[in-house]
Amino acid sequence: MNIIVIIFLVLGLIFFTGGSVGIIRFPDFYSRLHPAGKLDTTGLLMTMLAAALYTIQDFSTESLLTGLKIMLIVVFVFITGPTATHAIVDAGIRAGLRPWTKKEKAD
Amino acid sequence: MGSSALKHNSPKSPRQTRSIAPFLLTFFILFGIWLLLSGRFDGLHISLGVISCLIVAFLSSDLLFTSSETKGMTVTWLRFLRYIPWLLHQVFLANIHVLYLTFHPRMMDLIDPEIIRFRSKLKSNISLLTFANSITLTPGTITVYVSVYGDFQVHAIDKPSGRPLPGEMEERVGRIFSE
Repeated sequence: MNIIVIIFLVLGLIFFTGGSVGIIRFPDFYSRLHPAGKLDTTGLLMTMLAAALYTIQDFSTESLLTGLKIMLIVVFVFITGPTATHAIVDAGIRAGLRPWTKKEKAD
Repeated sequence: MGSSALKHNSPKSPRQTRSIAPFLLTFFILFGIWLLLSGRFDGLHISLGVISCLIVAFLSSDLLFTSSETKGMTVTWLRFLRYIPWLLHQVFLANIHVLYLTFHPRMMDLIDPEIIRFRSKLKSNISLLTFANSITLTPGTITVYVSVYGDFQVHAIDKPSGRPLPGEMEERVGRIFSE
């Protein structure tokens, strides 16, 4: 059981690391939002799954409730994450920032 | 399934046509969350929960379920539940793709950000919302703009991410809301 928890944790951390590295490496505001908004969601899913599994190891009503609460965090992030990302992109477009494209680099 | 938000201007107010089903459904959802979050199952806490859930359900059941027709809703919810595993699978695949891009040494050659414009076949507000949120949830694509008529602007990080749009996801979302 502990091994499964560790595997999930490490996977989640890899996703989180990818998200952070992506923010630095991608070329412009809009493409940076891709790793920032989404890799974090999967990283959170993995780490929270690990936390929930670790909690319900000693099975009781209390630990089951705690595990469900942890999974509820994931549900809320899955709803608010895309919405927040969209709001940021929308704000960028409204403010008039043009997305970076390959063609502009060629000029 | 019509678009519920637009029909609110009809002469009959939704409060009159509303049946008891949305109220009960709201109550049970709220009470489930109450039980989950409180975690105490003695008489005092449960009765407090019932009272407060009744009040909140009475005041706001028409916010959660705007549509007054509840007959097709159970089927819609079941189909929506069946859609979630497929979506999670897609999210996972796409996440791996973005992760691969992030750590690729020649990332700048691989990516090619562009804004894709297309017109969706979907009509009702709720299916457009689900589709737009699904696009944003799938890494590599972010919905920039959706109009009421189904005009989409999607920011895609590279060609393979943007190519499947609208495609299968639209089909599946359309099938949930039987359009």
